[in-house]
Amino acid sequence: MTGNFRLPSGGRIDRNRPLGFTFNGRLYRGFAGDSLASALLANGVTLVGRSFKYHRPRGIFASGAEEPNALVQLETGAHTVPNAKATQVELYEGLVARSQNCWPTVEHDFGQVADLCAKILPAGFYYKTFMWPSSFWMKYEYFIRRAAGLGRAPESPDPDRYDKMHVHCDVLVAGGGPAGLAAALAASRSGARVILADEQGEFGGSLLGRRDVIDDLPGAEWAARMAAEIAENPEVRVLRRATVFGYYDHNFLGIVERKTDHLGPNGGQGMVRERLWKVRAKQVVLATGSIERPLVFADNDRPGVMLADAARSYANRFGTRPGSRAVVFTNNDGAYGAAIDLADAGIPIAAIVDLRADVQGPLPTKARERGIEVLAGHAIAATLGSKRVQAVEVMLLNPEGDKVHGTPRRIECDLVAVSGGWSPTVHLFSQSGGKLRYCDQRLCFVPERSKQVERSAGACNGSFGLADCLDEGYAAGAAAAVAVGFEAPPRAFSADQPGETAPRALWVVPGKAPVGHSKAKHFVDLANDVTAADVRLAAREGYRSVEHTKRYTTLGMGPDQGKTSNVAGLAILAESLGKPIPEVGTTTFRPPYTPVTYGALAGSDVGDLSDVDRTTPIHDWHVMAAAEFEPVGQWLRARHYPKAGEDMEAAVQRECKAVRQSLGIMDASTLGKIELRGPDAVKLLNMVYTNAWDNLAVGRSRYGLMLGEDGMVFDDGVTTRLGENHYYMTTTTGGAAQVFGWIEEWLQCEWLDWRVWATSVTEQWATIALAGPRARDLMHELCKDIDLSPAAFPHMAMRSGRVAGLPARVFRVSFSGELGFEVSVPSSSGLALWIACMMAGAKYGIAPYGTEALHVLRAEKGFIIVGQEADGTATPIDLGMDWIVGKKKPDFLGKRSLARSDMVRRDRKQLVGLLTKDPNIVLPEGAQIVDRILPKPPMKMVGHVTSSYWSGALGRSIALALVSGGHKRHGQTVQLPLEDRVVEAVIGSPVFYDPEGKRLHA
Amino acid sequence: MLLITCPFCGPRDESEFACGGEAHIVRPADPAALTDAQWADYLFMRKNVKGVHFERWMHSHGCRRWFNAARDTVTHQFLAFYKMGEQAPDIAPVSYTARPAPRTDPALPADPALHTDREGAR
Amino acid sequence: MPEGYLRQSPLASLGLAARAATAADAAGVTMGERERVMLVNLRGDGVDRGFLDRVRQALEVDLPAEPNTAAEGTRHRVLWLGPNEWLVVAGEGEQLAAALDAALAGLHVSVTDISDARAVIALSGAQARDVLAKGCPLDLHPRSFGPMRCAQSRLAKVAVLIDQRDDAPSYDLYVLRSQARYLWRWLDDAAREYAVRIIRP
Ligand SMILES: [Zn+2]
Repeated sequence: MTGNFRLPSGGRIDRNRPLGFTFNGRLYRGFAGDSLASALLANGVTLVGRSFKYHRPRGIFASGAEEPNALVQLETGAHTVPNAKATQVELYEGLVARSQNCWPTVEHDFGQVADLCAKILPAGFYYKTFMWPSSFWMKYEYFIRRAAGLGRAPESPDPDRYDKMHVHCDVLVAGGGPAGLAAALAASRSGARVILADEQGEFGGSLLGRRDVIDDLPGAEWAARMAAEIAENPEVRVLRRATVFGYYDHNFLGIVERKTDHLGPNGGQGMVRERLWKVRAKQVVLATGSIERPLVFADNDRPGVMLADAARSYANRFGTRPGSRAVVFTNNDGAYGAAIDLADAGIPIAAIVDLRADVQGPLPTKARERGIEVLAGHAIAATLGSKRVQAVEVMLLNPEGDKVHGTPRRIECDLVAVSGGWSPTVHLFSQSGGKLRYCDQRLCFVPERSKQVERSAGACNGSFGLADCLDEGYAAGAAAAVAVGFEAPPRAFSADQPGETAPRALWVVPGKAPVGHSKAKHFVDLANDVTAADVRLAAREGYRSVEHTKRYTTLGMGPDQGKTSNVAGLAILAESLGKPIPEVGTTTFRPPYTPVTYGALAGSDVGDLSDVDRTTPIHDWHVMAAAEFEPVGQWLRARHYPKAGEDMEAAVQRECKAVRQSLGIMDASTLGKIELRGPDAVKLLNMVYTNAWDNLAVGRSRYGLMLGEDGMVFDDGVTTRLGENHYYMTTTTGGAAQVFGWIEEWLQCEWLDWRVWATSVTEQWATIALAGPRARDLMHELCKDIDLSPAAFPHMAMRSGRVAGLPARVFRVSFSGELGFEVSVPSSSGLALWIACMMAGAKYGIAPYGTEALHVLRAEKGFIIVGQEADGTATPIDLGMDWIVGKKKPDFLGKRSLARSDMVRRDRKQLVGLLTKDPNIVLPEGAQIVDRILPKPPMKMVGHVTSSYWSGALGRSIALALVSGGHKRHGQTVQLPLEDRVVEAVIGSPVFYDPEGKRLHA
Repeated sequence: MLLITCPFCGPRDESEFACGGEAHIVRPADPAALTDAQWADYLFMRKNVKGVHFERWMHSHGCRRWFNAARDTVTHQFLAFYKMGEQAPDIAPVSYTARPAPRTDPALPADPALHTDREGAR
Repeated sequence: MPEGYLRQSPLASLGLAARAATAADAAGVTMGERERVMLVNLRGDGVDRGFLDRVRQALEVDLPAEPNTAAEGTRHRVLWLGPNEWLVVAGEGEQLAAALDAALAGLHVSVTDISDARAVIALSGAQARDVLAKGCPLDLHPRSFGPMRCAQSRLAKVAVLIDQRDDAPSYDLYVLRSQARYLWRWLDDAAREYAVRIIRP
């Protein structure tokens, strides 16, 4: 059914700005100011989707964030958005949308057989059926996902820009309806810093869809004027299309602002599409309004069944006829206002069916005066029609509300405007930790006690009348301002509100047959196809907790998060359990209130901003030399420098060979560097390192191991005494921040009276390692003011001087086992030093080497790497480094743990060398070691390979491993079961190359 | 996201801080004199308080100072911030061990009026 | 020796000087690298009168005692970093670290030259505050923050020291040298919507 369902006049649409759009492949026209839902209704499109489980035809049901049915796949390609609610999509020229949960088309849906098979799809069906056998889940899942058919994620990268913004304010007002506007007015007039956010494109909330009057102005116009006044205040930030989606600890709230979605995929060229606001508010006013609930009656899901206030809003706000003849079905007075508005818009009201036997309030009286028939004490017992409701059958309701009787009266209609009362939108309040209370007069949960600095005002506080909203809103805004030291002027606007009589609590409206005993379905949750019978079944099967029932039935777990269904579902469960609603409790509301895109959550932290890449002062040279990089912590380190035609293996072997035979150069700037100054510096070193530091001479260096208090090695490095009370500590690249933090922690938390300062200088110095037999030759050329002879400048010493004309600290250290110098110059000169070394070193065939070659060179020497051999479970003893543990020292961090019974066990994993019997096999790192091969796993594992390389210097493979009791097993053979074969290897010393260290001391 | 008051810098966002766990754990003066069990107690055992917890924080992205805080682990409310070396303030422990019993009275007190509900907003 | 490489600022390879725009271009934000700034990290006992007096004599400015404030002398600007830690900022050419170390000899202090350890990015303009707000949780609103105020915090994914210089507002951002390129990229991206212009501060 299509056609023109646009009212001849009225609404907040711009009839001079027609917009073309496509839905399910057909072209339609709407106007600026339309939502996709209102434009579809204006075109007579009432069937918008198929239901989740039974694939029943579904129509537009609501007008806002609570919409359970009208989920569409918006746009195509990279711009596509799944699960967009048609009620929240603002219409723009060229919009393209499709229904989601249908195949092949919404009109002819294959899955509708599911409805015919409904008996086999009760609550818990998926759990019961697909949990067994568990190995079949993968098979089932494929079909379930297809059949469930929520929207599809885009398959290409998101072309849009997103970002985030931190913002602080005195008062955050969430919601721009009458209460929120009043609150923001009070707060902004006081001079406080205010943020006002509303999810819609226009401020006014409920005022936009109704015909209220404030200060003799139409409500929507009043809202526009007030919003304009508020926005003019420079201390106020007004955010439209901005959903306050999360309320976290200490008044931290998240807002997602959709800046360009209303312009379409190409409308916001270059602009930020969505911005995530991270708000820290001193005071919060929640003015989030309320959501109308449907009634649960037989076949209450047919297209044409719609919330009463939504129907009214489509007429008033969008100038659209949601139907051509309506029946209103209600348990409260509010729907009479909707009926009157619909009648005034020219939509005949066939009848108002009211569950209450006695209907006397001012609004019902007004409706009767209009000549609208009111059927008090009646209920809709059935709806007729398939793809659109065609008629309802109305019957008398007994006083208990559990049976209908009498002759069914058939009333023709294509719109059933239904109202089951209102639920305050307490989502944010609940997220903030506030306590809810069930109010059995208004049949809803209302805020009872705040946990954070928050005030709820208006409908979200259970105060549904307009005058009350303005009153509470202004009072809340003023009180919030006062609380932060401002003062708001008295309020000067007002409105009237009609009195209302109490609604009737009837959570399941009886049909002709008992609920669940006929084909008729009483839907509670339209989004997930959960019926009243499902909830009752869950109760019968023993579910007592609402949280468990929710998961079992999937009630409230759809994309709408049960906004229209939670209260009714809870009430039906309570009824089935024979308990009052407050005892069953309410479900927990968790952020986000409405879905937030991954784009907004990621913000600009994508592509080359997705993480920090720290670069050394020499980085550009490595790039120009076509180095391959590897991340070490956040640093980018050159891994190797392949020449044309070289793979990594060839490059690494060439680099290693250069170091062993002539000269290599390496960028070691990433090493952590800490200056320690003060009379207690040596005391500190004695505590953080395992060895003794008392007798280190000025100008000499010493290697140290750092343990956690648990006795495990967590870092190592060389520390040099620069002066009387002045030390220079180096750490591993990855451990720099941890070591500095470790030292600061002990000094600040435990040893407060120790006189020592620690300052990180990692980035002050660029460090270049020169390694190889020709290292001294090169140094001679570049450095004239230091005596470089082995006697004057021995291994593990430090001298200051000028290298290549640059002020430098020169250290004789080596991690490669060759003669080595490390030269540090101020970072801005690092590149200059590197280039000077490369130029002067050319005659020695100087080769830059990367971290991979370094690893091979140190493994040949049996030097450990923190993170490989020292993996957080290894003590110095395990690593065969007893020699560095100061047994005579009374104490150092981790010492006591080394004596724990578990640490002295003989079967601890200990560091050993491993040589494969076939020297050509390079073991994979991580390979498990066993003593005895069994036909199939499990086998008793006695250790694993920590490092493994091809050693060019030895002409064979080498490996380091941690093996249980390994120190006493030298010479024994072990087995390594690999994927395709078993390799035999012999345990031995971890030092493979130059065990006497002659080259090092050259 | 907590709002944490550094004793030096004032209130700052949680993301500027690192939490160091339980406060006022003093390193034994002579670890060698301790039994394995005593050492393990110092090294591994930590309180898991439901209620007021004294804990250490470091303003790692700010002034890089360690300080102490008293936090209610149920509400995340901070009850005190104080500098390293200062005495822990005397804060009465909150008891959360006994859950308040669910209300057995099925009849809620009737609302006095439809729209004068909570004091908060007035 | 290739002279051009003798001293490289952290952002030298971006060629910012060549990209600096003429003053006529309208911009909501200007950005540039402040080069050749001398930085000294000073540790000392903030309540020791003797220490404070000797520093005043050496620097001709009082160390700021109030957290997160700056002090401006004739030759130096001093930023509070902690209750016993300050950053002394001076122009090029000063032998600042050596001079200060000598002036404080005998005291339990730590004077450390970190001129090469930081990059200094100058960010200014009507929308500079918004650019920072995209990645920094501090409240930089004029009611909470202003000239002569400084603070260490997070900006995007790195630690940063923010020093507000004037009401424009102008900020000097101190960041670890190795993270400067990342931060520049991030700022450039964050400032894009406000029309950003590169300047030589
Ligand atoms: Zn701090």
